[in-house]
Amino acid sequence: MTRITSARELAELRQKLAAERDKTKRWVMVCSGTGCVACKATEVSAAFVAEMKQQGVPETTRLRNTGCYGFCERGPVIVIQPDNICYLGVTKKDVPEIVKQTLLENQVIERLLFKDEDKKGIAKFAEIPFYKYQNRVLLDANTQLDPKSIEDYIAIGGYSALCKALFEMKPDGIVEEMKRANLRGRGGGGFSAGRKWETTRKAPGDVKYVIVNGDEGDPGAYMDRSILEGNPHSVLEGLIIGGFAIGANQGFIYVRQEYPLAVEHVRQALHRAREHGLLGENILGSGFSFDVTVHCGAGAFVSGESSALMTAIEGRVGQPRPKYIRTSVKGIWERPSCLNNVETWANVPLIINQGVDWFRSMGTENSKGTKVFSLVGKVQNSGLVEVPMGITLRDIVFKIGGGIRNGRKFKAVQSGGPSGGFLPESLLDLKVDFDELTKNGSMMGSGGLIVMDDDSCIVDTTKFYIKFLAHEACGQCVPCREGLRQALKILEAMTTGTAKAGDIELLEELCDVLTNASLCALGTSAANPVLSGIKHFRAEYEAHVNEHRCPALVCRDLVHYAIDPQKCTGCLLCKKQCPTDAILGERKQVHVIDYDKCIKCGNCLNACPKKFGAVSKAPGAYPQNYRPPVPAAAAGAEVRP
Amino acid sequence: MKTVTLEIDGKQVTAEEGMTLLQAANQVGIAIPTLCHDERLKPAGVCRICTVEISRGDWKRMVASCVYPVEEGLKVTTDNEHIRKIRRMLVELMWPAWTRVDKDLEPAHPRFDSGHPDCNMCGLCIRYCRQVLKKDVLYWEGRGVDRHLAYVPGMGKECVTCRQCFSLCTGGWIVACHGYDEEQPAK
Repeated sequence: MTRITSARELAELRQKLAAERDKTKRWVMVCSGTGCVACKATEVSAAFVAEMKQQGVPETTRLRNTGCYGFCERGPVIVIQPDNICYLGVTKKDVPEIVKQTLLENQVIERLLFKDEDKKGIAKFAEIPFYKYQNRVLLDANTQLDPKSIEDYIAIGGYSALCKALFEMKPDGIVEEMKRANLRGRGGGGFSAGRKWETTRKAPGDVKYVIVNGDEGDPGAYMDRSILEGNPHSVLEGLIIGGFAIGANQGFIYVRQEYPLAVEHVRQALHRAREHGLLGENILGSGFSFDVTVHCGAGAFVSGESSALMTAIEGRVGQPRPKYIRTSVKGIWERPSCLNNVETWANVPLIINQGVDWFRSMGTENSKGTKVFSLVGKVQNSGLVEVPMGITLRDIVFKIGGGIRNGRKFKAVQSGGPSGGFLPESLLDLKVDFDELTKNGSMMGSGGLIVMDDDSCIVDTTKFYIKFLAHEACGQCVPCREGLRQALKILEAMTTGTAKAGDIELLEELCDVLTNASLCALGTSAANPVLSGIKHFRAEYEAHVNEHRCPALVCRDLVHYAIDPQKCTGCLLCKKQCPTDAILGERKQVHVIDYDKCIKCGNCLNACPKKFGAVSKAPGAYPQNYRPPVPAAAAGAEVRP
Repeated sequence: MKTVTLEIDGKQVTAEEGMTLLQAANQVGIAIPTLCHDERLKPAGVCRICTVEISRGDWKRMVASCVYPVEEGLKVTTDNEHIRKIRRMLVELMWPAWTRVDKDLEPAHPRFDSGHPDCNMCGLCIRYCRQVLKKDVLYWEGRGVDRHLAYVPGMGKECVTCRQCFSLCTGGWIVACHGYDEEQPAK
């Protein structure tokens, strides 16, 4: 491959590639994001290649392994363009049928379509409710290109924003445009990216750095992964533009080691960009030189904090440091370093290309543009959704997400990962943007939305988050390390029925110290799940503390399983599933649970056929008339030390 | 040297640029309790006992005074009910690993058990060993609530004779370990 040395050459190459693309009349797009690959998309893709050859599909129909489509729950996703027919959950066995009926005979296979409420299939990709209400500005490109191919990216207009920035704009002008666009950091803090760029640009020093923060560690969130995997060049292009505007010649991309596909695609993108002269010395003949290094994270959640990430890049243990002097002024090796999240960088080429006014036309007054959320939990349709800022939670959960699974009732949305808060039903009409979420005791975070139904216990979920944070924090400062340790102990006591009166107030006291005295944002935001839970679901906390009762019947030490003798038919199914032989009874005899042996695993509940429904969960650690065995020590037996 | 003027507890204070709030306050005789601070070492800002409130107009927040640099026109409050409440809670969280505090900050009924009664992880020993002695014999093992002090295996023999960090230890762990014992490694 010859290096491209000017903007004109790049434009010519783009024309050539686009003309080549136009020769293909029909595309079979196979989603190859991690979600679909886990559902054997690679197998499906290989089957397509073989089958298309065997059945003699014309050359004008080709296959492309694209980036993530977002509807990961129903993977593998196959879209046939330009007809836009979307098949979900395709297996290897379906491939011959698709090739024959759809590719050769132009017929839609009803069985593989998305089914709406009336069980009617929806053929068109864009009409599936999950996609219909989205505004896929960033994620759209994912579905049009092969992430491993720089040609695909160039053909759909890639690197044209870089040309525009390098040859038609001045660095100061770019920073001004970014400030005017009011693009706020998508990583959680929501700080204006333009202002950050300006600080770094104006900071004294010759050597400056730009950094992509791809250390996405929130449980249940994978927006950055899908962008890095599905469209790595867009992030890279944004980073180069940022480097040019800020005056940096070195960039870093920090990716989690746990995202092997993302690491591979990013490395490949860098390699291909270097080959094409889009990275390295004298980019496109502009005189601007820039290169990027990939840094793989070693699996610490706290390294996602900007100063911790920078110490990790320096080669030390990833620990935050007091940021009273901003990292934009003193970052990596004490040099000005501008760090932004993956999604923020990916927005940059779009803003440069399509203009600030276009970007500002989306969103609310102080939060512009779109935001990618990972909508997971107890919703019908889970996956990645991109929506304009200011959409209501109700629209996300019910229109896009299709409501709650199994006809259960909505309870809360947990937004912003472990440091976010719970938003109850009364806040469903909340307009989702940075300020509104913060005002209501939660935060945007990187964009995780975990939907909970009435089968989930707030105290138990909070315990999970606090446990996660307590073990993932760096452990430097007292409020965070010791505060979380004690908060976790209290929450554990609540879920095991040993909490004392006053524990809720003690939790609140601990949260005040966490919020005000912690060293970094991990500690200051760790109180969010606790405080928002207490605020919106106080009755549930009180039930745990005062009555040792779990209203949602989740906390294992506060529930027991019971078999209804009226309904039990003595089928032995639950008995076979019991790992501790705690179920007594023979065929055609009513079964009884031996509570001395029962470990409350719930296997019996799952095993009991729906038509009988004899096993149920009930509040209280034991049934009312149950007497636990007298401990040996109390009975006067000899106790050995 | 450039100087800045700020207000600490109602007093106008002139300080050199680059100084911390703690230094500026100490210089005019305002005492702020500290734990992990030592003049010889680079401030770490981890114990947060020195938390103070800073404000500028309507905006205010809590910061650790041992690391926050002085700024022109900043208003600093080193003691009020909220600050005291935070300090008291911090002492209680560490109790009994750190007991050298004013009567006022002492918890009446310590409610917590941290599980490490002789080390409050102030890091004075580590930082002294690294920054002053340039020996680097100690390190932090684990993260989050699992974090604890440990000797770099095979490197701690000289601790038995050096013992320079002993006087710094605020919890007593390092003294209790008596340097380093090959037979019985530190916990």
